[in-house]
Amino acid sequence: MARRATTYGRGGPLVYLVALAVVALTLGPVLYGAVGGFRSNEQLARDPAGLPDPWLLRNYGGVLGNPEFWRYALNSTVVALITTVVAVLAGVMAAYPLARYQFRFREPLFLVFVLGLLFPAAVAIVPLFILVTRDLQLGNTWWGIALPQAAFALPTTVVILRPFLMALPKEVEEAAMIDGASRIGIFWRMALPLSMPGLVTVGVLAFVASWNAYLLPLLLLQGDMRTLPLGVADYSTEHSADTAGVLAFTTIAMIPALVLFLAMQRRIVGGLQGAVKG
Amino acid sequence: MTSQGAVTAADPGAAVTRRADARRVTGRSARGTGRPGRDRTRQRLEILFFVAPALTLMALFVVYPVFSAARMSFYRWKGFGPMVDFVGLQNYVRVLADDVFTDAVVHNFVIVFASILVQLPLGLALALLLNRRIRGRGLLRTIIFVPYVLAEVIAGVVWFQLLQPRSGLLETMLTSVGFPVPEQGFLGTPDLALATVFVVLTWKYLGLAVLLFLAGLQGVPDELHEAAQLDGASWWQVQRRIAVPLLAPTIRTWCFLSMIGSLQLFDMVWILTGGGPANATTTMATYLVSQGTQRSNFGIAGAASVVLFLIGFAMAVAYQFLVLRRDTKADA
Repeated sequence: MARRATTYGRGGPLVYLVALAVVALTLGPVLYGAVGGFRSNEQLARDPAGLPDPWLLRNYGGVLGNPEFWRYALNSTVVALITTVVAVLAGVMAAYPLARYQFRFREPLFLVFVLGLLFPAAVAIVPLFILVTRDLQLGNTWWGIALPQAAFALPTTVVILRPFLMALPKEVEEAAMIDGASRIGIFWRMALPLSMPGLVTVGVLAFVASWNAYLLPLLLLQGDMRTLPLGVADYSTEHSADTAGVLAFTTIAMIPALVLFLAMQRRIVGGLQGAVKG
Repeated sequence: MTSQGAVTAADPGAAVTRRADARRVTGRSARGTGRPGRDRTRQRLEILFFVAPALTLMALFVVYPVFSAARMSFYRWKGFGPMVDFVGLQNYVRVLADDVFTDAVVHNFVIVFASILVQLPLGLALALLLNRRIRGRGLLRTIIFVPYVLAEVIAGVVWFQLLQPRSGLLETMLTSVGFPVPEQGFLGTPDLALATVFVVLTWKYLGLAVLLFLAGLQGVPDELHEAAQLDGASWWQVQRRIAVPLLAPTIRTWCFLSMIGSLQLFDMVWILTGGGPANATTTMATYLVSQGTQRSNFGIAGAASVVLFLIGFAMAVAYQFLVLRRDTKADA
């Protein structure tokens, strides 16, 4: 990608200027939050645009010493892990026959998942709330939030994974079959390991979607079971006078998703681009 | 909310399917199965085993609630006791006659069109600029993607602080350069609130557009650029006549994703304004959540859900037929 040697492909000063402006606008709000967390409310009120003087650690210390914060972080982590494992496992299992078997209802079945992409959680949210809390008695539990989230993550998972599984060489499968391996054995011992890059992509997507989710947790979780986004939103309304505290809380809450995404950047971007380009 | 990524993989995927089918057919006949009947039963059981978990989850948590919302929309029901008070289409009449809801639909469409009119040119311009060979391009790409990674709630809370009337950073900065700021703040003034929400959404989602367009540009073969350059084309001519047309499928896909996302808008609005001031920023999703959970008007919420789904579905189908079909055709 950096091979292009055309002179006009190089950036002039204007390009760098635009790039700088974009960086400033993009990172500005994030940095404002992070730096604001090092200030006191009094500092923030006196000069909203200033730098910390002195730099205070007490807001961040307060968040890290707040058992509620750790409770929310634990909930977010467990919910995201369950969501990811369920979505990826059920997703790859469904994608496997859709990719490697030949049967009459294959395309209609795949269409079910494609159509699933068109059902936003918002449409089903109220009945979902009733179903989980009353019918399944799973209101305010980790599983009660993770299972619906996994279900809504499934269409994306299946749609991304199917081409991955299709691309696996047929010869490997046939050789294993001649050796007497069962389909299910082939799935576990060959298809799964070979499609690992795809599994990681959909796994990270499902994890981050769950980590960032708000609407469903808002309706299903209360009190001690709240996840970080709920915690952040509630903290910011309950402590609206404590701007510095809110900024510190928010900044710490954004770190995990950010780290995960940056670490997996190539995979995610590849997955998204692959999905768009086909 | 399902992640945006994959909506359109369906069509390109279908092309792959066809190729794979052709291969598999020959493979099967070569292997020559001895007992077709038993094999078929066995294969059916295997397929069932593989798809059962996914289909169960989808049926329970996606399909059933959606149908349940549709059923709810025909009853007057406050959430307790059996659903017996059948009212026909009355809930729909009430929803569609409710100014708050029709305004919410308008707000959703304002966001849909504003996204395409503002974020598309902006994203395209940035992608074209960033596609040049400049130093630190990789870092720039990472940075531009940061807002997209953040939870809408977290981005919303930070922006809420930035936009605080009087004490917030934005108003302080604007006041210091003599720019007039609204009395009630940007989020507190009905005429400005929706536009402000849109600006924050643009900040959050522009990175995705840039990233997708950059990927599309990478697919443009270097030879085309070189050939055009040899013919004496200027940078602008190359972008306008070669890069952008070749980017068209990516652009169409992005528009689709953006449209679907805008119709489902909830988190950011809920955090920034809660739908206010004076219902100036309600969306269909905030309307149905506040009807369903805060006022227990489940029938009204059900009717609003159905309307939301029908609008989204109609637009998706129309878009597929009018716009995306060109991509599929080109594939075949």
